[in-house]
Parts: sequence; C-alpha cells; structure tokens
Amino acid sequence: MSVAGDGGAGQTLIRIRNLSKAYVRGEQFIPVLQGLDLDVRRAEFVALMGPSGSGKSTLLNLVAGIDKPSGGSIIVGGVDIATLSEGALADWRAAHVGFIFQFYNLMPVLTAFENVELPLLLTTLSRRERKAHVAAALDMVRLTDRVDHYPNELSGGQQQRVAIARALVTDPTLIVADEPTGDLDRVTGGEVLDLLDDLHRQLGKTIVMVTHDPKAAGRAERMVHLEKGVLVPDPAPGAV
Amino acid sequence: MKAIPLSYIARNLWVRRVTTLLTAGGMALVVFVFATVLMMSEGIRATLVATGQADNMLVLRKGAGAEINSGVSRSQAAIIESLPGIATDGNGQRLVSKEPVVLNNLPKRSNGKPSNVTLRGTSPLALALRPQVRLIEGRMFRPGTSEIVTGRSIANGFIGTGLGETLRFAQRDWIVVGVFDSGRTGFDSEIWGDAEQMMAAFRRSAYSTIVFRLADQGALPALLAAIDADPRLQIDAKPEIQFYAEQSEALATFIRYLGLFLSLIFSIGAIVGAMITMFAAVAQRIGEIGTLRALGFRRTAVLIAFLAESLLLSLVGGVIGLAAAASMQSVDISTTNFQTFSELAFQFKFTARIAVQTLAFALFMGFVGGFIPAWRAARMKIVDCLREA
Repeated sequence: MSVAGDGGAGQTLIRIRNLSKAYVRGEQFIPVLQGLDLDVRRAEFVALMGPSGSGKSTLLNLVAGIDKPSGGSIIVGGVDIATLSEGALADWRAAHVGFIFQFYNLMPVLTAFENVELPLLLTTLSRRERKAHVAAALDMVRLTDRVDHYPNELSGGQQQRVAIARALVTDPTLIVADEPTGDLDRVTGGEVLDLLDDLHRQLGKTIVMVTHDPKAAGRAERMVHLEKGVLVPDPAPGAV
Repeated sequence: MKAIPLSYIARNLWVRRVTTLLTAGGMALVVFVFATVLMMSEGIRATLVATGQADNMLVLRKGAGAEINSGVSRSQAAIIESLPGIATDGNGQRLVSKEPVVLNNLPKRSNGKPSNVTLRGTSPLALALRPQVRLIEGRMFRPGTSEIVTGRSIANGFIGTGLGETLRFAQRDWIVVGVFDSGRTGFDSEIWGDAEQMMAAFRRSAYSTIVFRLADQGALPALLAAIDADPRLQIDAKPEIQFYAEQSEALATFIRYLGLFLSLIFSIGAIVGAMITMFAAVAQRIGEIGTLRALGFRRTAVLIAFLAESLLLSLVGGVIGLAAAASMQSVDISTTNFQTFSELAFQFKFTARIAVQTLAFALFMGFVGGFIPAWRAARMKIVDCLREA
C-alpha cells in the first residue's frame, strides 16, 4: 500500500518507491518495510506515526541515509541514496542531513559550541566561518549564553536545543528528528516543537519527524501513519 | 577524509583519568624497564669507550681479547718501545707505559662481599697518556714503593681503598696515597701502582699490555707494518678506543638483549591492559560512535580517533616511564664485566636516541593494544550504535 504526497514533481524533495527493508536473524527473515511509496515536498514538515515496531524509525533511518534498504529507491534531491557507496553516503549525510535524536546524542566531552561545530568540521569552512555559523545557530536556539557549557551542565531542553543547533548549522536540505520530545517534559517539549516549527516556517526546512505523541505530530503539516511496515491512510483526516 | 577533533580524543582520556592513569602506569613500568636497560647498555659502552684516548695505541699478545689474559715479554716491550712514530714528552721521554694487569678480590663496603678489582701497574707517565685522569685526593704513587692510588669508584665502593688506608694483597701491605677521578671512565674502577713493584709482588715476568701515544696518526701505517714485519712481535696493536669499545660490546649487548626480551614479555601485559581499556572506551561510547558516523564522519575517521586515543594513552605512559628512567642518570652502579672479569662502575646514560626508541616502543604498545578495539568501533553499524545509545 502506498500513500504518496500530493506535491508536484518539481517540489518533491524525497521520492520513495517500492521501498522494502528486512532483517535476517539467524534463519529468520523479518520484514520491516514492504513496498512503500512516499513523497515529501521541499519545505514540508511531515510526522511519521505508528505503533512500536511499525517501521517508522527504520523508514527515518533509510531516508536519512544511515541504513540501506533491501529493495526499492529513495531519491532525495534527485540523488538515489540507496545506490551510493558507504563513503559517498557519509559525505551526502554531512552535506544534506541534520539529525535530532530523542536523547540529544551530544558529545559529553565537548562544549555546546564544539558540539554544534562538529558537523562543520566536515566542510571546507575556515575556523572564522565556522565560528560565525555556530554563533548564528546557537543564537537561533537562544543559547548564546551557554556556548562554553558542557552537556552535563545543561538541562534536557537546553541539550535538545544544542542538538537542534547542530542539526541546522550546516544548512541541510533535510532535518530528521527521531522522537525529539520523547525525553522532555510537556513544557520543554513544547519549546522544542516551537523551534522545529520556526525552522520549518522561517527557514523553509524540510523536516521528517518520528513521534508517538499526537500533540507533537499535530505541529506537522502532514501525518503519515505506518502499521506493520506499510503506510496506512490517516485514521483521522483533518486532525492536523 | 576529515578527522574527528583531537580535543574529543584527549578529553575522553581525561574524563576517564583514573583508568587512563592506571593503564598508562602499567605502560610506564614497561617503558621504564625498556629505557633503563638501554641506558645501562649505553652507560657501559660510553664508560668504556671514553676510557680510551684517540691517539693512544694498545698492544696485547696476539689473540688475547683482554688485558688479563695477555702477555707481552720484556724483550717484546723493549722492541715496541723503540718503534718509530711514538710520541715523546717535553723531556724527550717516549710516551710508553708497560703495564701488568691483574685481578684481585676485594670486599665491598656495602655488603662485605668480595668482587674482582683491576690492579694496574704503571708509571707516572700514565697520567700523561691518560689526561682524563686527575688526582682528587692525596698524591701520585712514588716509583719503587708499595704505594697505590685508587679510582674514585673503588675508593667509594671497597673496604681499605680510601685515602690513607692500607690494602693487603700479593703478601704485601699497600698504602693508598691518592684517589683519582678519570671522568666516569673505566679507570675509575681500577687501582694503580708502580709496574715493577707489582710485577715483583705477583711474580710476573711479562707485562699484560703496552700503551703508547702516536706522534701523529700518519705514523700508524708504518708502525703497524713494522710490527707485522718483525717475527718477534706476536702481538696485536690497536687504537685504545677500539680496544675499550670491544671490551664493552659483549656485556652491553647481553644486557640490551636480556632487557629487550624482558621488556617484550612485560609489554604483552601492557598491551592487553591497553586493549581492555580501549574496549571499555568503545563500549561506553557506542552511541557517540553512531552519532559521529551519522553526522558524516567515515569509518576510517572513527578508527583513527580510537587509535589516536590509544596512542595518546601510550604516549602518556611513555613520557612517565621515560621521565622515571631519566632520573636514573644520577645513580651510580657497578657490575662485573664478564669480558674482563672485573668490576666496572658506570652510570645510566640517557640519550636522544634512547628517548626516541623508548617512545616508539610505547607507541607500538599503544598501536597494538588499540587497533582491534578501534577496528571494532569503526566496523559497527550506525543504526546498531544509535539503538544502544
């Protein structure tokens, strides 16, 4: 079953066709995604929802280029990332994808500034240029007064804001967020969602977010539901 | 390929500083053993090589490897003394010293246990031939008497060898009238007396060695040709420096190989220690590895980062071990040179070459210990890492 976006071909950033992913555990073959089609428009904010084990995180990993599909194609910005070599895929991620994780995944031994600077070390920017980019990203998430703080000196919400700054500092084509509010209280989670909203509305970022939380999903432009590895129609049309 | 920043690598070691110091401490001990053995070997070599003078020639019986098993008869000594090309002093006296060398057993001051000491019969000319030797206490022995002078290490290390003390050997009492310093050379481990008195006391009819100074290096080929041409001279003549270098070779080589073998055995323990530490570091940072890879750092960058961490760890151990070993330079030790069977005092000698070799050894341990954990870190799948984060 497929649920393709309604965007025109010219606006489509992500075009997924007949995507499948299966794991082999010993002699057991475990299909996770099966024959999945999905389009995501440029500057769209999409929420992937579904019960545990539905394959939504697997789909996110495939779209972000950190996992390889068993079959099908994932064309992002005109590039079929399923065909890229491992090295080329690493370079593609560095240039095009910003990551936001549930548990922030900051480097504990690096300061907020250094954590945000990390993806820029993969670019050809000079030290001065990197400094300017990091300052702008930290300003965007309103953490300019915490640049020299280590993650353990920051609250959960502040750490996630640093992670968001890290995700946007390279000005990526796509931002993927895996349960970005899953480890935060309601108020702090709301602040993080406000930030994602800003990235989408003000900077025109394409965001694909996995969440269990219907309220978080409600902040997206479109919700995509997965069940047992296939896309299903929105159970509550107009809920967004 | 872009590298993971060094600050990330170094700070991870600092965060785990107790583990880091314990592992580095283990490596430091191995490095210490490695470095001190090299320093000991170098100390022996340097002490003996410095004993010789560049323009002195030393004569032994043909085939005799050491002074104690050499014999040069009085008639041979007379021929040698008359050879062309030998330097003279200001009084026109040829700079030749005909020396009996014997070993005598003396008790050590430290534990009373006996050890062989070299007794050298010589003449006041010995000081002209060995300008590195200078009296630091008392005076030179007088020819024709039972007076002796002792090397600094002997005076400090053996009973009855201090200034004014009396030693009994060869059925005679010998009074110590002076103590000399030879600038940390092998002579510091000798006792000198009048050659003829020693020959008589030990009932020797032949000298052990003849030492003479060349008038100039250009005279050497003619002199060696003259020795070869004379069938009465069944002797070996060689530069004094070469002789003492050969004297150090066996002991220095033995100590070096024994020490390197021991270091190699110990290093297995240190390598395993480093490997355990690095495996623990990888296990603790699986989520970070996944994140770094997701951000775009390649497998090789992860491999290099963990390998660099292990190398840095070993460098810390190397520097600690090297610093401890360097402090050994102030320690005087002595051992029996089994080529001469006599006591030889020397110091651990630290050189730039030893520092480089030791740090290379430490880095080798770090590389071997860190490679497998680093390789494992680099081979992990990103999704598996992130799942375990």
